[in-house]
Amino acid sequence: MVHSARLGHPGGDLSAADILVSLYFGVLQVDPSQPRNPARDRFIMSKGHCSAALYTTLALKGFFPWEELATFMRPMSRLNGHPNRTTLPGVEANTGPLGHGFPIAVGAALAARMDHAPWRTFVLTGDGELQEGSNWEAIMAAAHYGLDNLVAIVDRNRIQQGAPTETIMRLEPLAEKFRAFGWAVREVDGHDCEALQAVFRSTPFEPGRPNCVIARTTKGKGVSFAENRAEWHHHAPTDAELAAALVELGEDSNG
Amino acid sequence: MADRFDCRVAFSTTLEQLAEHDPRIVAVVNDSVGSTHLGAFFKRFPDRLVNVGIAEQNMVGIGAGLANGGKIPFVCGASCFLTGRALEQVKVDLAYSRANVKLCGMSSGLAYGELGPTHHSIEDLAWTRAIAGLTVVVPADPTETAQAVRAAAEMDGPIFLRLSRLPVPEVHPPGYQFRIGKAAILRPGNDIAIVANGTMVCRALEAAELLAKDGVSARVINMSTLQPLDSDAVLDAAQSTAAIVTVEEHSIRGGLGGAVAELTATACPVPMRILGIPTFAPTGSTEWLFEHFGLTAQAIHAAALEVLETKVRS
Repeated sequence: MVHSARLGHPGGDLSAADILVSLYFGVLQVDPSQPRNPARDRFIMSKGHCSAALYTTLALKGFFPWEELATFMRPMSRLNGHPNRTTLPGVEANTGPLGHGFPIAVGAALAARMDHAPWRTFVLTGDGELQEGSNWEAIMAAAHYGLDNLVAIVDRNRIQQGAPTETIMRLEPLAEKFRAFGWAVREVDGHDCEALQAVFRSTPFEPGRPNCVIARTTKGKGVSFAENRAEWHHHAPTDAELAAALVELGEDSNG
Repeated sequence: MADRFDCRVAFSTTLEQLAEHDPRIVAVVNDSVGSTHLGAFFKRFPDRLVNVGIAEQNMVGIGAGLANGGKIPFVCGASCFLTGRALEQVKVDLAYSRANVKLCGMSSGLAYGELGPTHHSIEDLAWTRAIAGLTVVVPADPTETAQAVRAAAEMDGPIFLRLSRLPVPEVHPPGYQFRIGKAAILRPGNDIAIVANGTMVCRALEAAELLAKDGVSARVINMSTLQPLDSDAVLDAAQSTAAIVTVEEHSIRGGLGGAVAELTATACPVPMRILGIPTFAPTGSTEWLFEHFGLTAQAIHAAALEVLETKVRS
């Protein structure tokens, strides 16, 4: 998709892909035939720039036809560079500017709490994204309101647009920060789908505390020449790079 | 002088009435329970008021999330912070997302008087009006405030209600029915039109009285919905009177005057004056600042006479 569109954020797509698959195939209670069912679980993709990974997952789940992925970022496509809930089924929030998804997730979790409803809210944030202050307003509020029906997943690939997060603006000790704000935290290999699903199924980790999953991931996962390389944050692969990547990922080039 | 009322009372009373009948109605505040007059709401519905603390970006995002979860949130805060601090959330989380959130900008305009330009909210209409899909309403009196709150709850989609705490008289006739997108002609006239909203409507009516003494018949239009603008009312006024004065408790750039001028400049150009606030305010009370910036019946009267002269010459 990114190759075809010549645009996108493949590094973050690949670090988040296993998390998305783990959620949509085994954890989230969502039904593509009823995308606005009030009782559905909510998944909010705060790192909206990784829309290619989200769209692929939603298509795989059946929210829209797989063939539509070929329209990614084409004129008038529903698959905009950043997701739009008003046009594409399965998208819960319009994201793109960073630091927006977390507060929205807190609001959704509050709504479920008010209704004594069992549905859960999941939000996936990038790690560099946590430099936006709005996240910490939301992190504070979630703990204040004891939202144990909320699961925040941090895609901890340790690289933001320009360089390592720890060089640009240090995030560590990240787990301790969440704990200090009142969250229950688990750290997990973000490419181990079984481990991810086990963690997601074991919430609430502690009753009365919101749940944070720090998923240790690799930017550009699965493509040796893209892994852990900041320049792949928004680099569209060339024909040769795409072919090599697909071989490494075990896909044929029609995939 | 007619009795004057704080429209926040109409706002909070109406919200309580709505909440009584509709469990989806909730309130979100930023440590502003008192200044939004929601103390009684909180007492009656403690589980339906979310206080996010002093955190406007989070407040608007939480509003969007509550709407996603099926609620009808009224997100209330001082207009200067609600719009300015959280403008990207207003644009993306509410307008672009078509979230069913009702933003209530309290103490807008110059209401904070001596507290100065940090607390004045004289850009909020320009900011919100520039955002596609966001309805913008500025009620003029308690009756219209109550009806606008109801209309906000009934419509599906985001709306910005710009409210004030400045006491104003009832300006509408008994039986008035507010409708989103529909201007109200409060006084007929064909020599000049005065288009106002919010706290300036009562002053526009006083100015029309003064003009009547000069033998000038001024049409007074309450343009309570700024977006979508009632184009028919504006163009009919431009065609019938060929002279327009707009007056608003807002910057002269991008608000009511801007909206009217954008339309008339292309569809029916007429001589016009835009009364409002041209700069950051000096220190002074709200009433003093109204005098200072010419937001009074006398100043509107004088501006109207000037426009009429231009009209005669042209």
